Amino acid sequence: MESLIQQASSYAGSIDGVILLVGWIVGFWFIAVEGIFFWLIWRGRAKPGVKSQYITGKEKHLKRWITWPHALVLVCDVFIVIGAAKVWYDIKLQLPEADSTVRVIGQQWAWVFQHPGMDNELDTADDIFTTDTLHVQNNRTYHYRLESRDVLHDFSVPVFRLKQDAIPGRSITGWFRPTVAGTFDVQCAEICGIGHGVMGGRIVIEEASEHAAWIAQNSTSAQ
Amino acid sequence: MADASVTTVEGAVEHHAHEHHGPQGILKYIWSTDHKIIAMQYLFTGLFMGLVGGLMAYVFRMQLAFPGISVPGFGVVSPHEYNALVTNHGSIMIFWVAMPVLIAAFGNFLIPLMVGADDMVFPKINRLSYQVFFVSAVLILASLFVEGGGFGGAWTAYPPLSAQGDYNLSSLGATLWLIAVALEFIAFLLGGINFITTMMNSRAPGMKAYDIPLVCWMIVIASILFMLSVGPLIAGAIMLLFDQTIGTGFFDPARGGDPILWQHLFWFFGHPEVYVVLLPALGITIDIVATFSRKKVFGYKIMLYTVVATGVLSFFVWAHHQFIAGIDPRMANVFMVTTLLISVPIAELCFVVIATLYGGSITLNTPMLWALAFMAEFLLGGVTGIFLGATGADIYLHDTYFVLAHFHYTFFPIAIIGTFAALTYWFPKMFGRMMNDTLGKIHFWGTIIPFNFIFIPLFVLGLGGQHRRIYDFQNFPELAAMQPFRVFATMSLIVMLLFQLVFFYNFIQSLRKGPKAERNPWKANTLEWTTESPPPHGNWPPDQLPRVYRGPYEYAHPDREEDYWPQNLPA
Repeated sequence: MESLIQQASSYAGSIDGVILLVGWIVGFWFIAVEGIFFWLIWRGRAKPGVKSQYITGKEKHLKRWITWPHALVLVCDVFIVIGAAKVWYDIKLQLPEADSTVRVIGQQWAWVFQHPGMDNELDTADDIFTTDTLHVQNNRTYHYRLESRDVLHDFSVPVFRLKQDAIPGRSITGWFRPTVAGTFDVQCAEICGIGHGVMGGRIVIEEASEHAAWIAQNSTSAQ
Repeated sequence: MADASVTTVEGAVEHHAHEHHGPQGILKYIWSTDHKIIAMQYLFTGLFMGLVGGLMAYVFRMQLAFPGISVPGFGVVSPHEYNALVTNHGSIMIFWVAMPVLIAAFGNFLIPLMVGADDMVFPKINRLSYQVFFVSAVLILASLFVEGGGFGGAWTAYPPLSAQGDYNLSSLGATLWLIAVALEFIAFLLGGINFITTMMNSRAPGMKAYDIPLVCWMIVIASILFMLSVGPLIAGAIMLLFDQTIGTGFFDPARGGDPILWQHLFWFFGHPEVYVVLLPALGITIDIVATFSRKKVFGYKIMLYTVVATGVLSFFVWAHHQFIAGIDPRMANVFMVTTLLISVPIAELCFVVIATLYGGSITLNTPMLWALAFMAEFLLGGVTGIFLGATGADIYLHDTYFVLAHFHYTFFPIAIIGTFAALTYWFPKMFGRMMNDTLGKIHFWGTIIPFNFIFIPLFVLGLGGQHRRIYDFQNFPELAAMQPFRVFATMSLIVMLLFQLVFFYNFIQSLRKGPKAERNPWKANTLEWTTESPPPHGNWPPDQLPRVYRGPYEYAHPDREEDYWPQNLPA
């Protein structure tokens, strides 16, 4: 996974872990079943004068070739459910204490980001509003409040493995904690009309001093 | 055989009646109530729509590979046209290709022939079903050419985007799209009534429930699933129509509505719908595998009961499409459990098909290749679904190209591979001539290899974080670098589309000049092979309707010299 896309949040690794867990389990099944399948085709190819066998499927010694793997599938499911549910619980059902809160607003067809100003409080006079670029500080836990002004949108930051639909009329709270400084893509992941394809944004993850400077510069200029 | 005609005497009388007064000449093909003609109508309409859907894919794949170019045969693709193309490609392929061909065309053609009836129970309802379907097909095509363009809000049509012209900028296209979909549902409800009733009530004497060929069971179970699941969506479609046209606010939060409600209504239908189209294709596969491996199906009842179990479970998994859509996150894990449980019966179905090959005497002709390819490819579609059903993984994979590749690995085997399997297998019975096997194999490999080359790169793109329904990925710096994958997928699609010319050539040539087909060219057991190819009006001469003595898969029975044992032969 990491060779395809960087991990830049505290939970990206555990989501990739679930993907790998499922990958190993279903990869094993896929290869085993396809292998048996092609082997049976090769082995059973018609030969002149050889009649096929009459098998009803009730023979115990043959039926177990179906019932055992079938039980094994169930066991694999249990492992996958446990692995996935744990990650889901940590990311979606837990809300760690926030160091800071931002508001993310989707609209046709742009992202509006509301950052707290110097006071680190949202919805105060020194808030910083930007369009299409979200500034956050590395290694800091953020809550986001996700809203939409018109249709459904979806706030997706692939390097964070973060994705959440934005719904008009609701404010959805979630969290993330960046772990790598840099600039990354924000995508809208829910079709939202003609401009859906250009509704991209960038997330800028800065180290503490850099971020503080950005806040200072912009919250004063905003006033 | 005397008693056989006694039990169907009513049908025989009616059949004589419409032979004398029925429409003549070209009208016979338009106004007929004969199940075989209606099957052809559905088949050719479905194939035509498949061509339309495939060419749509060509246009938007060209745009993705070479953003901004003037696509040969279409021109420059605007963002709205792109959205309209992907939306209607999806809608058409599911509702106007997979369903009409797999359920309606083969259901109509096969069910009366396989259960030994002279026609459907309600021939006029059957005709009405096609007529409503035809209107819906005209409407969906017309919706692309109205002012504002076709609907571009994805085949799932999530409101508020789909509900308000101010948002989707194609209010007439959206309304026509919605009406077309609703009419299509009505057509299939009418058709389903017939399939269920005919299989339940019009079976040949002696044919018990477990003597019915599995493909008939599959189509009937699919029709029942469709009937049970589509109600909420029809209600939803009417609410959405009211939101669009007379200003109600069922899905508008500003007026007290809830956009998520639509998603529940849609997916409560949408997930069973997957099985509605899967089951006929699976039934076709198992029938063909049994015939060409000369084997009894490994566990007829296992197959039947697992399909019923899958059908029941499919009503409890819909929210796995909505894990991150704003539903209560505590609900997600419940739906993950039901979703992953489905892997058990589905795995069992695959095992049954594979076990049927054990000890077989396998002939790899064109229909068998298609049937085996269905299994081989569907398996990849099935296992990749587990990634998406696992909540923790779906946070990342939701709405990426991974999802797209996953469901194309299920729908392509169903709608395309299943169709070609059935068409090449029953072609002799439908048209009375044999298809060319060599051309059939060229077409097979020319379709299967490019198919994998289209969608495997899309799995990679999806894992790389590429989202769906975006018309130009150059706008996203992290995705721009993966362009070679997109170009490769598009090139493969073009190759695959070109190979379809081989099929059309083979189809038309065989129709005109193919060698005449005998009654039972594949030495199969089921009843449709006991009548002439093609079957006459009424399927069998009125006094010679078949009687059934055994199950449909008695191949290589030890008590018999020959390796097949038709269902209608007395012991």
